Parts: sequence; structure tokens; C-alpha cells
Amino acid sequence: MIHVENLTKYYGDLCAVDGISLDVQRGEILGILGPNGAGKTTTLRMLTGFIRPSAGTIRIKDFSIEEHSLEIRKLLGYLPESAPLYHDMLVYDYLSFVADIREVERSRKLPRIREMADLCGLNEVMHKPVAELSKGYKQRVGLAHAMMKDPEILVFDEPTSGLDPNQIIEIREIMRHIGKEKTVVLSTHILSEAEATCDRVVIINQGKIAADGTMESLKQSAGGDYFIHLCLRNAAMDEVRKELSAMAGVESVHTEEGDGAVVKVKLGCRTSDDLRAGLYEKIKQTDWVLLEFFQERQSLEHIFQKLTLEN
Amino acid sequence: MRQVPHIFKKEFRTYFVSPIAYIVISIFLIVIGWFFFSTFFLFNQAGLRNFFVLLPIVFAFVIPAVTMRLFSEELNIGSYEILLTMPVTFREVVVGKFLASAAFIAAMLFPTLAYPVSVSFLGDLDWGPVVGGYVGALLLGASFAGVGLFASSLTRNQIVAFIVGVAICFALALIDKILFFFPAPLAGVLQYLGAGYHFENIAKGVLDSRDILYFLSLIFLSLYATHLAMEEKS
Repeated sequence: MIHVENLTKYYGDLCAVDGISLDVQRGEILGILGPNGAGKTTTLRMLTGFIRPSAGTIRIKDFSIEEHSLEIRKLLGYLPESAPLYHDMLVYDYLSFVADIREVERSRKLPRIREMADLCGLNEVMHKPVAELSKGYKQRVGLAHAMMKDPEILVFDEPTSGLDPNQIIEIREIMRHIGKEKTVVLSTHILSEAEATCDRVVIINQGKIAADGTMESLKQSAGGDYFIHLCLRNAAMDEVRKELSAMAGVESVHTEEGDGAVVKVKLGCRTSDDLRAGLYEKIKQTDWVLLEFFQERQSLEHIFQKLTLEN
Repeated sequence: MRQVPHIFKKEFRTYFVSPIAYIVISIFLIVIGWFFFSTFFLFNQAGLRNFFVLLPIVFAFVIPAVTMRLFSEELNIGSYEILLTMPVTFREVVVGKFLASAAFIAAMLFPTLAYPVSVSFLGDLDWGPVVGGYVGALLLGASFAGVGLFASSLTRNQIVAFIVGVAICFALALIDKILFFFPAPLAGVLQYLGAGYHFENIAKGVLDSRDILYFLSLIFLSLYATHLAMEEKS
């Protein structure tokens, strides 16, 4: 559906996007993650034809962005960061203007505006000027704007930034609803959001792709370590250390005195081996009393930090 | 050019839902009405000559105020990004916005039709120069709107857009009045470049193709420059 090759953008001497290549399939929800200034917005702006790439190609369906910018813009619905809408228009007037520009048929126009108002929960604010709306409502008007002509591809730039938790859940609900049939590309720096909504994630750092894959595969590949936490009673710390570090597959052992004469152990393990059964057997052979036993995968934040704080 | 009517409609409506339109129209009518009628009875002539003599200078101040927000505001609040990622071309945007401001200027001139009507009751009014004057006023207004639009496309600050617009319009309106500062060969060229000179020709009631061509090329040039300024930004 979307094919991006070697996309590069210079602002003067500053290289904002540096040779990004991407493929997005039909019906996929792709999340672009990255720290501030990584080049997310610039990438999306090039994708939507708002700014011209310094180098590289973008093809959407069979159209290339240089020659068929207008056709591409007809296929795309775009919600820019913080929904910069016309301040002095009424919400209804604004949506009607968008419907005109998007060439919604005259007879379909009013029903379509109503449909969008229902879907995005705009019915109470239709007669208000955009400038008087709260951030959440503006964002929803922006969503209605992007979906007006039922485009095949939707591009959202930080769709939930600045919203309260309830609004975030609502917007995510809407996005997941759209994502069932449409191709969606969204950028965010909220990791749980990407985890909750996206099929696939691309992490950008300093204009380059740092990682690309599903959430699961990212968690697997990045670092690859996991931890096992134990809480033992009736055990001497030295003995625990000695016994456990002798086990194959254990990378590190960290012990600590806990409340009530217990020993807390944190074992660093490699993903390739599953140590749980072996550990259980081991503990059974001793007189240690096992109080806690749990496994901890590396958190998303951890992976994100690892990928974006390198260099 | 299919999107031009939509852009036009949106821009024209925006003028009238905000107070700008009413303020600008009121100021225009008060200023021009006062200057015109304060000396009208002294001359004891049933004509609108003084009205049309004033027009280029008043327009030079009023029209940049009408056009200053057209692009600057969009650049400032970022709605530009929304507009340009919809299926519209630069050309449609420029032409649509230009026509909206030209139509607004026509609406601003409309109430002044009361002047020739009331003057015609006072004496024997020669309608030729009046018709010529209004045709000239529309051409002049549209040209200044083009210039103002260009000024607006240069900056995200409306005040800067206004000042740049006034500076260019003012120069165009007055350059033929200060020709005695220039050497004779240059004076002819500068006179031809001045909008005031061509406007006065038309306002005499003579519709010369050279004058009309001058205004049309001024409009074309300013719109083309606006187009270039927009392309530069993307």
C-alpha cells in the first residue's frame, strides 16, 4: 500500500530524516515511535505531501508523490499534530467546507457530516466556533476532518497528545474501529499507546530507523534478557549465590536481604533458555522455603531507552 | 480550478462572520465620506472627481488590512498544513483567496454608490466618469488585493504583512506624483509603473486597453509571486 524508499529530508544543514525505508500493508496499523525531534512529524509530512523530500521516493498504491501528489492526497486523510483548524469557523461550517473540498457528493454531504458527528461525538458542539472548543473536541473535529471522504489511508500525528485519560481511551477506540478496514499510520511517543493500538511499530531515532517489527518481536530482539525474581526463607545469602550462579543459563545473580529474614534474589537470564523448571528442581533439593517466584520481561520503556539512547 | 469556488466561499464567509469586515467597511466609509463631502460643497460641482482622487491612497491603507490575514493567519495557526494536505493545488488556493478579497472590496465599494445617486439629485451628473471610476476602482482594488495577498504569503505575522502591503500599495499609488525627483527618461517609465496614473486615466471615463492591461498584469504578477512564495515554503 505504502512504499517508502530511502526517504531523506534536510532543513538547511540539519538532517531531520536520514534514509528511511518502509513498507506498509493494506489494513495494517503502523505506529511510528521516537523521542522528540526524531523525525516523526517530518516523515509524516512528507508522506502526506505537505513538504517535499530532499531525496528518496514515496509510492502510495501506484502513485508516486512527485507526479501524482493530488491523487495521493485524495486517498489520504491526515490529522496534523494538535489539530490546527481554522479558528473562526463553526464546526459545522468547517466540516461542510472539508466535504466540499473532498468532493463529497451534494446529496451525500449532510448525511456524511451527521455520520462523522456521531462517530466522533461532535453533536453538542456543531454550532460552536472551533476556537472555543477544548483540546479534546478539537482533536475530534480533526478526526472527523481526516475521515470525511472515507479515505483508504489515515495518517495521525500524535493523535492523543494533550488529552485526558478518558479522551485518550475514546480516541483509541475510534482509531481501532477505523483500523479494522483502513491502513493507519500514526506517530506517538506514548509507548503504551503503540502497544494498545498498533499491529507493527517502527522506532525512529535521529532520523534513522532503529527498530521495525511487531511489539512482541521488538521485546524479544531488544536485549533479549529477562529476569526471574525469587523470595526465599531459611536460606543463607552466600549459599544461594553459590548454588544459583552455578546453574547454566544464569547470567547474573543479585541478592538482597528482605524483611523478616528472607533473601530476595534477582536472576538475569537469557531468553533462549527457560530456567523455570530447572530452578524449581534446584530449590526442591534444598531446605529453602520458596515464597515468591515470578518472571519479568523487559519493559517497553526499557527497550525504547535502549534503542534511542545509544550513541 | 474546481476547488476555487469552495475556497472562495469559505474565505468570503469568514470575512463576514468575524468583526473585521464590518470594522474595515465602516472605517473606509467614514474616512472617504468625510474627506469627500467636507470639500464637496466648496467646489460647487456635481461630480465625483474628488472621491476618485482620494481612492488610491485610502485603498493603499485599507486593502492590506483586508488581505493581511489570508495567508499569515494560516501560517501562524498551522491550518496551512490541513489545507495543503487536502486535494487542492497552490493555484486554486491563491486564486480562491484572491477572488474572495476582490469580492470583499466590491462589497466595500457598494455602499458608496449612494454618493453618485445623491449627487445626481443636486445637479447634472455626468455618468461616464462615474462608471469609468467604478470600473477603475474595482481594477485598482483587485490589484492591491493581489499585492496584499503576496505580502501576506511572506510572513506569519499579520502586522508585518499589513506594513509590507501598505508600503508596496502606497508606492504604487503615489509614484506618479513624485516624478519631478527623477530624470526625464526614467520619469516616463515610473509613471507607467504607477497604479495611480492608470487609475486616473480610467476614472476620467476613458477605458483604454493599456490601462486595463496594466492592472491585469499587476494582478497576474502578484498572484504569481504569491504562488512562488507558497512553493518556497513546502
